[in-house]
Amino acid sequence: MKKVFSKPESLQDKNNSYCPGCGHGIIHRIIAEVIDELGVREKTIGIAPVGCAVFAYYYWNFDVTEAAHGRPPAVATGIKRCLPDRVVFTYQGDGDLAAIGTAEIIHAANRGENITTIFVNNANYGMTGGQMAPTTILGQKTTTTPNGRDAKRDGYPLKVCELLSSLDGVCYIERVSVSTPKNVLKAKRAIKKAFENQLNNRGFSLVEVLSQCPTDWQMTPVESVKWVDEVLAKTFPLGVYKECMKK
Amino acid sequence: MSKNKILMKGNIAVCEGAIDAGCDAYFGYPITPQNEIPAYMSRRMVELGRVFIQAESELAAINMVFGAAVCGKRAMTSSSSPGISLKQEGISYLAGAELPCVIVNVQRGGPGLGNISGSQADYFQATKGGGHGDYRLIVLAPYSVKEMYDLTFLAFDLADKYRIPVMILTDGIVGQMMEPITINSELRINNSELKKDWKLDGCKGRGPRLMRSLIMEEGGLEKHNWHLKEKYDEIKKNEIRYETDFTDDAEIAVAAFGIAARICKSAVKKLRQEGFKVGLIRPITLWPFPEKVISDVAAKSKKILVAEMNMGQMVEDVKLAVNGKCPVEFLGAPGGAVFSEDEIIAKIKKL
Repeated sequence: MKKVFSKPESLQDKNNSYCPGCGHGIIHRIIAEVIDELGVREKTIGIAPVGCAVFAYYYWNFDVTEAAHGRPPAVATGIKRCLPDRVVFTYQGDGDLAAIGTAEIIHAANRGENITTIFVNNANYGMTGGQMAPTTILGQKTTTTPNGRDAKRDGYPLKVCELLSSLDGVCYIERVSVSTPKNVLKAKRAIKKAFENQLNNRGFSLVEVLSQCPTDWQMTPVESVKWVDEVLAKTFPLGVYKECMKK
Repeated sequence: MSKNKILMKGNIAVCEGAIDAGCDAYFGYPITPQNEIPAYMSRRMVELGRVFIQAESELAAINMVFGAAVCGKRAMTSSSSPGISLKQEGISYLAGAELPCVIVNVQRGGPGLGNISGSQADYFQATKGGGHGDYRLIVLAPYSVKEMYDLTFLAFDLADKYRIPVMILTDGIVGQMMEPITINSELRINNSELKKDWKLDGCKGRGPRLMRSLIMEEGGLEKHNWHLKEKYDEIKKNEIRYETDFTDDAEIAVAAFGIAARICKSAVKKLRQEGFKVGLIRPITLWPFPEKVISDVAAKSKKILVAEMNMGQMVEDVKLAVNGKCPVEFLGAPGGAVFSEDEIIAKIKKL
């Protein structure tokens, strides 16, 4: 019989501990498929964030290190500068990348570090129980914005793609989602490009993935993907924000 | 490095010690009084084809060290007191993940932004933790330009041998002063056998590796802490370093480290010439602390004087070591102040 589908070698044979409907599992798998397709599993070093995805190292089948909250871009810089021929990527949530680690991501991007960043934006702090994130949208209820995010009190959602695409060191920025099978395929194409850029020494690439967090959003998985498409993507429009083709 | 005598600044000696020890990567951030280190490294490391980055912050610098250490490279960062406070998060993670690296603290006066004079006020921070959790660093305290070179060189070997962050705890005076030194590189512990079979460099030909300090399994973190304790006990057994002058028949012994010990050393020498029975104990490793020699000296002395450029920090460890065997007196100079040789002599004569 012809085998038409199998688990990527870059994923371990384990069940993940993510909530039903969570986007992390899909994004982990996309990364694993891309690493397999590029044939770089044995030279990849991933950096897991603080947050739900800290346990990513239990699911990926390649070298992974933890980093302190917000610091993956600095850790990735240390690794990549010491081992320039390895494939180095950070996997970061919105609290990690866009709040406590804002300085690290801006400066790694601005130095044009030849690394790949997968930025998972689910508009709240998932692991700690659903507090306001820098990317929580106006009016969104969280445990620390019980009446909805109020611009006067809480400020505005931070638009990472828009912010980073103005930096000279950045090669490629795209925002995608994993809300439908079609969007998952688009997300995979973007993530693959972000890794290919690194292999071609093109500098810093980041893919922001709008991801669903049904548990903390207090929605069903079906409601949550609908919310990504109909609400979250209004504040965070999908698309390519920067693409350079420099060699 | 040549074997000839060369005139060198303390901060530059740190750089040369690191370079000769095979430091692969240096990450720094500007702060006085250690600016010579990143400036010198920015030139020398690049000339040697090694890694130099001026980081955007102390947090980034220490986490770049983490990244370099994760892939098995010899990495260093340097800063001064306020900057070292910022690095404490990273230092705790490095200690938890058991990653070797070297951190240089060219201390200045504190607390807060303090001033830019040499000080010894970070003794507690260096030897008692600094960051969160139960951990230790090996802390080395150079008192001369030569020791800035020698101890930095040694620090890399100790870090690799025990998989532990090592701190060079020096100060603005030793960092800025110039002395002629002769380089000898015979201090190296033979670490050539060290395979670093924990490093992350891609899983070619082996299973994937993981570097972490988060241990959520039931009882896992407790076990890890006991493992660290065993390692720290081993370091205590093997790596205590100190120097003593005239302690055999000393009625009064002075205990001091770093630049304070340098001043005390000449005070003790002068007093000996005048016929006073005084001696000096100079801890070179502040952790592990040379408890036994202090206890032994206390058993046969009338008094111990601890002289530090702070409000009294090492004096607590000396008192623990002395454990009531003799009275312990203290002479302090906080806030970037320095005591003179004459002040030490006057204090000892009064005892």
